This record gives sequence, structure tokens and C-alpha cells, in this order.
Amino acid sequence: MSRAMTAAAPPAAVPPVTAELRPRRSGADPRRTPRWAIYVPLAVYLLFTLVPFYWILLFAFREAGSTSLFPWPITLEHFSTVWNGAGFSVFFKNSIIIAVLTVFFSTVLAMFGGYALARFSFRGKGAFMLLMLCTQFIPGAMMLIPLFDIFRATFLINSLWSIVVADVVFHLPLSLMLMAGFIRNIPVQLEEAAWIDGCGRLRGFLATVLPLLRPGIVAISSFAFISSWNNFLFALMFLNSQDKFTVPVGLSYMLGEYSVDFGALAAGGVVAVVPVVLVFAYVQRYLVQGLSAGAVKG
Amino acid sequence: MAVLNAAVPAGVAPRRRRRPRRERWTPYLLIAPAGLLVAVFLIYPIGSVVYYSLYDYNVTKPWSNGFVGLGNYVTMVSDSLFWRSLVFTGQWVFVEVGLQLVFGLALALVINETFVGRAIGRALVFAPWAVSGVLTTTIWLLIYNPTTGFGRYLADAGIGQYGTSPLAEPGSAFWAAVVAELWRGIPFFAILILADLQSISRDLYESAEVDGAGRFRRFWSITLPHLRTAIIVSTLLRAVWEFNNVDLLYTLTGGGPGNATMTLPLYVARLAIDAKEFGYGSALTMAAFVILTLFSITYLRLVRVGKDQNS
Repeated sequence: MSRAMTAAAPPAAVPPVTAELRPRRSGADPRRTPRWAIYVPLAVYLLFTLVPFYWILLFAFREAGSTSLFPWPITLEHFSTVWNGAGFSVFFKNSIIIAVLTVFFSTVLAMFGGYALARFSFRGKGAFMLLMLCTQFIPGAMMLIPLFDIFRATFLINSLWSIVVADVVFHLPLSLMLMAGFIRNIPVQLEEAAWIDGCGRLRGFLATVLPLLRPGIVAISSFAFISSWNNFLFALMFLNSQDKFTVPVGLSYMLGEYSVDFGALAAGGVVAVVPVVLVFAYVQRYLVQGLSAGAVKG
Repeated sequence: MAVLNAAVPAGVAPRRRRRPRRERWTPYLLIAPAGLLVAVFLIYPIGSVVYYSLYDYNVTKPWSNGFVGLGNYVTMVSDSLFWRSLVFTGQWVFVEVGLQLVFGLALALVINETFVGRAIGRALVFAPWAVSGVLTTTIWLLIYNPTTGFGRYLADAGIGQYGTSPLAEPGSAFWAAVVAELWRGIPFFAILILADLQSISRDLYESAEVDGAGRFRRFWSITLPHLRTAIIVSTLLRAVWEFNNVDLLYTLTGGGPGNATMTLPLYVARLAIDAKEFGYGSALTMAAFVILTLFSITYLRLVRVGKDQNS
């Protein structure tokens, strides 16, 4: 982040000299890339990224029947159609309930397991870590059939809990490994000091590790939120009445209709994207940082 | 945030012995919930897939359910859609991962530079990473649809014809799906590569420059070798992920037109969700498991062989 700040200070006032000819000065970046080599590809790529976002906003906010390329005059009629007419208020509520429960359980359980991996050496630790890594290769589509049977036997079909359980199980291994990485980066000496002061494991953890773990918890729970919010197949398979649908399932049914109301569809898409974009905007700086902290290098 | 970068001394092991004996079971208690969940909801299901694959099992037709031995596997071998889906899966994974690697690497290199507007540029470029498969479909369907898409506006401007959609023809449907998946796949790749790029010491580049190495030479001799492991790991992860992921294809093409974009996991998902053919679906799942495992082992072995020869 600090690097971005220093880059912002001199706005390329220096005439563009090729890197090889420019004398090396202390303070200046010795391998400065010509600006066009950054901005041209970046602009092209941004176009590819942002035009699709613009397209969905255009249809969501444009009046029905208009063919203008600008959503003007703006209308919110499509939003009231999906929110009230197509039942998105219910889908949204269901998605939020599932995501919040998933985030809570996967993060708490990841904290338990991550602490064990970071602070104890015990027999079977390597095997456990390998098991956690291997689960990342198990395809969700392949688990549809056996999980359907388990949930049917436990009367969880068409219950939001089935999705919570499935989401937690699929996301927990990643959360746990990330959490172990974050805890490992907190000096154990802090905890030892607390033990000397008479704290037990739990109190020592709560007093010293937990406060420092906050960025990690935020990052990990955000990943869990995004993955749960986006989950589609489990919800499609395990939920079968409309009052239990999640946002992606609701969207998929709109996509499958014989005559699609594109304005409403786009508005539904915007409703679906807002929560993840908000979470993403907050968490995106941890994305790269968390990874480069060695968190996932098992 | 400073915590993440704090250097932690690794040698804390000797102190551990001073811990009281009664803590022997603590780590097991701590990992127990995660371990149990994974065992019940991931390991046991894998076992039950093996079991189901030997049965005729359809929830909607309970009268014809029963043990069929290897019957499902016999059906599979003579199922032309199975073989076609297998070929298409290979194509899909290869094209997706290849293009994501090229563009993701390029994007990561650009974002890794220092420039004005880097923070906002990075956030915008990575944004599709957070978008779900269904939403990606929603967005790209609006773009591909003949009445709402680019095609209509191009036709308005006199380019091309009205009423055409790239999703209607098998060949163009493939590329339409590829582009939509690239849209949210490239950021993921770029994020993984960028994380590794940032761990390369700047001193290396500076001393290489003192030695007279040009830009291309520095990339070739410092950046690429350093990224080797990250590239291997992320291509493998992405390949597995693209193999497994069915959300986008399920909603965008549904495997069509004419089963032209049916991957094997998509075939399984459609059997499970739409047809409720659990027995045959389980047999196909077994096939997918075997292929995925063989692929991962072969891939890792191949790149390891390459490494031995280089060093």
C-alpha cells in the first residue's frame, strides 16, 4: 500500500527516457516501466471487465422498451418487480441467513482447528493437513447425490440448514488452513507472557491472539461469505419450495423462463451482486496480502 | 495489517515441552469438529458413491431400483454422450486454463508495477472474482441475447444480422462460454500470481540491472523461475476447478446446443438434478474421480520430471 502512495507523488513529470539510458538515482525506481506499457493494457482489460457490469446496470435501470445506451431516465420499476413480484425479498433473506450462519460456523471451527495446527505439534497433524488439502479437489457436483441422501435421511431437505451444513463443510478446510497461517504469524511469546501471568489457554488466546487476529478473521469470513452467497448447485438440489430459494436459484429460474423479462432479470442480478461487491471492496486488499503472507503455502 | 508481515522466529519448539501433560488431548479436541464434519459429509459420501454406482437408483422410480452390479459401468462405456463429454471436458479445461494463465500472468505483471491509480485499478480488475457463476451467466446472457445483446446494437449500426446469438451454434457457443468464464477466471489467476510476484526481492532485479540484464532478460531469468511453483500450483488448481465447476455452463448453455458444451461433471449434475438418475450418475462420478486423480498425479509427476532435468 505504501508503494502505491509513493507512486502517486511524482505524476510522471520526467520526460519518458528509456530505462537503459536513464541514470540511476537513489529514490527513483531503477526499473521504471514506460507508462504506456502499463496504461494501455490496463485500459483494454478494464474495458473487458467493466463493460459487462455496465451492461447489466444499463438494463436494470433503463425503462422497459427503451433501446438507449444510457439508462436515462432512470427507473426503479424493475427493482420493485423482482423484489416484490418475483420474490427476491424472500430469496435475499434466505441467502443472508445461510451466508451469516455459514460464516459464523466455518470461522469459529476454523479458529479451533487453525489454533491446533499453528500452536501444537501432535501425532497425525500432517495427515490431518493433507486431508484438508485433499478436500479441495472434491467436486461439489459429485457430492450432490450422496449429500441429497444424507439430508433426506435427516429430514433436512428443503431446510436452509442443509445448505449451511454443505457450505460449511466445503469451505471449512480452506478457512482452517488460512486461519492456521494467520495464527502462526502472531508471535507465540505474547501468549506465553499471558500464561506466566496466570492465564489459561483460552484466556491467553482471547487476551493476546484474538485482537491481533482481527484482520485474518475479517478476510476469512469474507471469503466464506462470498463463497456461500454464490453457491448455486446445493441450493438448487436441496431446496425445492419457492419460499426457501436463494438468490442464485431465483435468478436461474428467471433465466429459464420462456419469455425472459430482461429488465427484471438485470435488476435481480444487481440485487445479487451488491452484497458481494461490498464485501469484495473491503476484502480485496487482503486477497493478495493474505496469500503472500504464506497463508496457503501448506 | 502489520501483523501479517511480522517476522516470526520459527524455533519455538523447545518451549513447547514445558506445557502441562493434561494438554495432550487439546489439539485433538480442537480439530475434532472440523474432522468430524469432513468425515461425515465428504469422506462417507465418497464411499456411498461407490455403493450407489452398483445400483439402479432413481428417487422418482422406486419400483425399478435394485442391484445391477457393473451394469451402470457397462452403460457408461457404450454411452456416446459420456465419451463426447469427456472430450469436451478436456477441451474446456485446456482452453480455459491456458488462456487464463497467459492473460492472468500479463495482468499480474502490469498490476505489480507502481503507477498512479494502482489501488483502484487493482480493485476494479479483480472485481469479477467475487461474482458467481449464475450471475456471470445473467450478465453474459444479456450480452449474447439477440434482442438485448451487442449483436442487436451492431446490427443497428449495419454490422451483422439481427436475431443472431453466439449461443445458438455449437462452435460459437463454446467460445461464448469460454469468454464468459475467462471474464471471472482471469482475476483469480492474476491474484495467485500477483501474491507470488510480490515476494520476489527487488534487490535481485537491481543487481541484474547492474549486470546489464535487459527487461526481457530479467523477466526470463528472475521472474519466471521464481514463479515456477506458483504457476504449477495455480494451473493445477484452476484445472481442477474448471473441471469441477458447472454453475456457469449449467445456466448459460445447459450443455447445449445439442450437448455440444456438456462437460462430464455437468452431465452428472444434470442426471442428479434434472433426471434424478442417482445410480448412473454415481457411476459417472466414479469415472470423474478416477480421471481427476490420474490427471493430478500425472501433472505433478510431469512437472517434477521437468524440474529434475533442468537442475
